Parts: sequence; C-alpha cells; structure tokens
Amino acid sequence: MLFRPNPSLGVPIYLQLMEQVKHAIETGALRPGEQLPGIRPLAEELVMNPNTVAKAYRELEHEGVIELRHGAGAFVSAQPRTKKLAEAVRDAQPVVAATVKRLRARGLTDEEIRRLFEAELAGMRRGGRRG
Amino acid sequence: MAESLIIETTDLHKSYDGVEALRGLTLGVPTGSIYGFLGRNGAGKTTTIKVLLGMARPSSGQARVFGLDVDNPEIRRRTGFVSEEKDLYDFMTVDEMIRFTAPFFPRWRADLEQRYLRKFELPSNRKIKALSRGTRTKLALLLALCRGAELLILDEPTSGLDPAMAEEVLQALVAHVAGEETTVFFSSHQIAEVDQIADHVAIIDRGCAVVTGALDDLRERYQRIQLVFDVDAPQAGFRAPGVVRLRRKGRMLTIMSSGGTEEIVEEASAMHPLSVEVVPVTLKEIFLETVTGEE
Repeated sequence: MLFRPNPSLGVPIYLQLMEQVKHAIETGALRPGEQLPGIRPLAEELVMNPNTVAKAYRELEHEGVIELRHGAGAFVSAQPRTKKLAEAVRDAQPVVAATVKRLRARGLTDEEIRRLFEAELAGMRRGGRRG
Repeated sequence: MAESLIIETTDLHKSYDGVEALRGLTLGVPTGSIYGFLGRNGAGKTTTIKVLLGMARPSSGQARVFGLDVDNPEIRRRTGFVSEEKDLYDFMTVDEMIRFTAPFFPRWRADLEQRYLRKFELPSNRKIKALSRGTRTKLALLLALCRGAELLILDEPTSGLDPAMAEEVLQALVAHVAGEETTVFFSSHQIAEVDQIADHVAIIDRGCAVVTGALDDLRERYQRIQLVFDVDAPQAGFRAPGVVRLRRKGRMLTIMSSGGTEEIVEEASAMHPLSVEVVPVTLKEIFLETVTGEE
C-alpha cells in the first residue's frame, strides 16, 4: 500500500495522508491524471476514518494537487509545477539520505534523528513567524 | 463552521446513592462523526451512555439526542445500541435472534444483514450461548448496524476481543460510516483504537470531560516543550495560557501545552536554556497527562 498514516505519531492524520499523497506524486509513484483510491475503499483498507480521508482529499484539491471529479473520484492534477517539484525532491533525497547515514554512523537512533528533524522544522516555523 | 450536534449534554450530573458518577459533563457530538469517548474504568462512560438512552435519569443538567430530551422514547428507535455485555438471548440461534430483532425496526436493512452475515462469517444455526466472545460481539454489531439507525452508541465494542477480531470490528464500523449516514459514539479505554478511527474525542475523568475536540485539532495544538539548562532547571511559573503540566527533573524542564506553544517558548527562552525542543504529543500522552492517577 502506498499510504500508511500512523495515528501514534502525534501529527494530524489528514496532514500525514496529504504528505504521503504528495510524496507519491513527487517520486512518480502516482502520475498526473492517475486515479487515487476512493474515500470509502481507502478508509476501509487503512481502517481509518472516512471523514479524515475526505478532509485530506479536500485540502489536496484546494492546493491543486488533485482534482475531485464529481461521481468519478479523485485524480492527480496534470500541472507542470509537479514535475519541477518532483525533480527538486529527487535531488534532495540523496542529501537527506547522506545526512541520515552520517547521523546513524554517529550512533543516533532513528527516533532521535526524527526528533531532531521535527524540532528543527518546528523551530524554523517559529522563527519564520516571529521574523 | 457551525456544525449540528446529534448529542449534546450540558453540566450533566448523576449520583447513585450519594456517589457522583457524573459531575458536570458537557459534550457535543457532531452529526456524522466517529466520536471516541475515552476514560479509565469507572470514569463515568457507561453512566453517560445510560443517560443518553433514557436508561438512567440525570440528577441535574441537560442531555439531548437528535435535539430531543433523553426521556423521549423516539431516541431508542433511531439509535443502534450495543451494550458492553452484548445482551442477546442465549437460547436462540443466530438466525432466530436476527429474525426476532428485525420486525421491531421498520427501516431494517436486509441488504446489510446479508452483507454482514457473510463478512462476519456468522454461523446461522449455532445457539448464541455457544458463540465465542468475538462472534457474539459481531452478532450484536450486526443487529445494531442493520436497523437503519442514524446513531450508533457502542459501549466498549472491542473489549475482550483479540487484536485481529478488534480490527475487524473497527473496519466494519469505518466501512459502515463511509457507506451510510451514521454517527458513531463509542466508549473505550483503548487509546490506540480511538486514535485509529475517531475524528472527535472526549476524555472523561471522574465524571467530567477534561479534553474534547476534533482529534486532528488536538494533535496540532498539544505539544511538549523540552528545555535543558546547564544548572538545575528554574522553579518557573508561566504566564502563558495553555500550560497543562510542568515537570522539573534535574536540569530538564518539560512542559505540555494545549496551545500557544510560541508564547511558552518565548517565556522559556528568557530563562536562557541550553536547548529548546518542541515535540509532537500523542493522544496517549494527552490522556495520561489529563486523567488523574490512582488515589
């Protein structure tokens, strides 16, 4: 399965699902025009709340990442922005991979690395808003 | 956004022989939600459900379901209820129990009955007293799901089930809500399952709702702020609202906030800590920090 939100991360589920859909598009696992699973089958398969799936899809539509066609379902938008973004993300992947590898080599656990990334991102958000 | 509430209680009190089971419970359950009602054993979950279904009279306060006072018998007709004991007639077979129940409900869904019989693999001719706990739960759930109810009230629906069986029950609920216009209100002390399928939650402790809201909103608002100092952590007081819990341990100060993290971080920074970390908080942590421990 492409998507697998983790309720015990403390991050809103709809945000996790949105990130996972975007990631699937950025890595090319989902292509422009391709259909996403329906709300009901996805909720059933992941055993998660259908309202949460619907919320993630609505937000993704709002951001222009997907299109909801009435009665037909959800489709990945065909927009050029995605391709450029896809390249940027592909370029970034080795950077992240190398950083994670270095940190592991220093003896940090994955949980510690994740916390560092999260704290760094949270700190940047705060700094950004204050500045 | 104004949302309509299918269940609404205000300052609800209920005493049994001088013991207060509910002490000012205020809840609002949005129509269409899967609402997880979390609390320790004895927190008042079952009492609340009894009040909502007209099986117990509140000592004071208000409770309305479908906008109706809880003593209105119409509520029971429009609600599917599964008690913690999964009340069924032991002397009947599965099939007899279904044939016995269906005529009480004019909106009985024969199509769903067929679907859940197959999905749950229920043995039609077996006597109910011979059913395993899991199969008994599934039958009770089938009877509740098929009556075409607008609201399902489930008291600890997965208690006593193994993880695979519990997952099957949760999946049936999720699929039901996705297909029908039903609100689910379920009590539980299993944080993981509330985390998994609920979109709204109330944490009840000693007859009071201590946390309520949309689950994703709580996940966004609640955060833990960890400060490390080069000497013992200061005996700090915070002016910022939203500090749920403060813990000092050696050089470390940990703050759980229910919102307004930025303000707290700003105050904390003035104490010159070596480091400030902001970490997401799980529902389990929120639960453990907001309910009281054993006396």
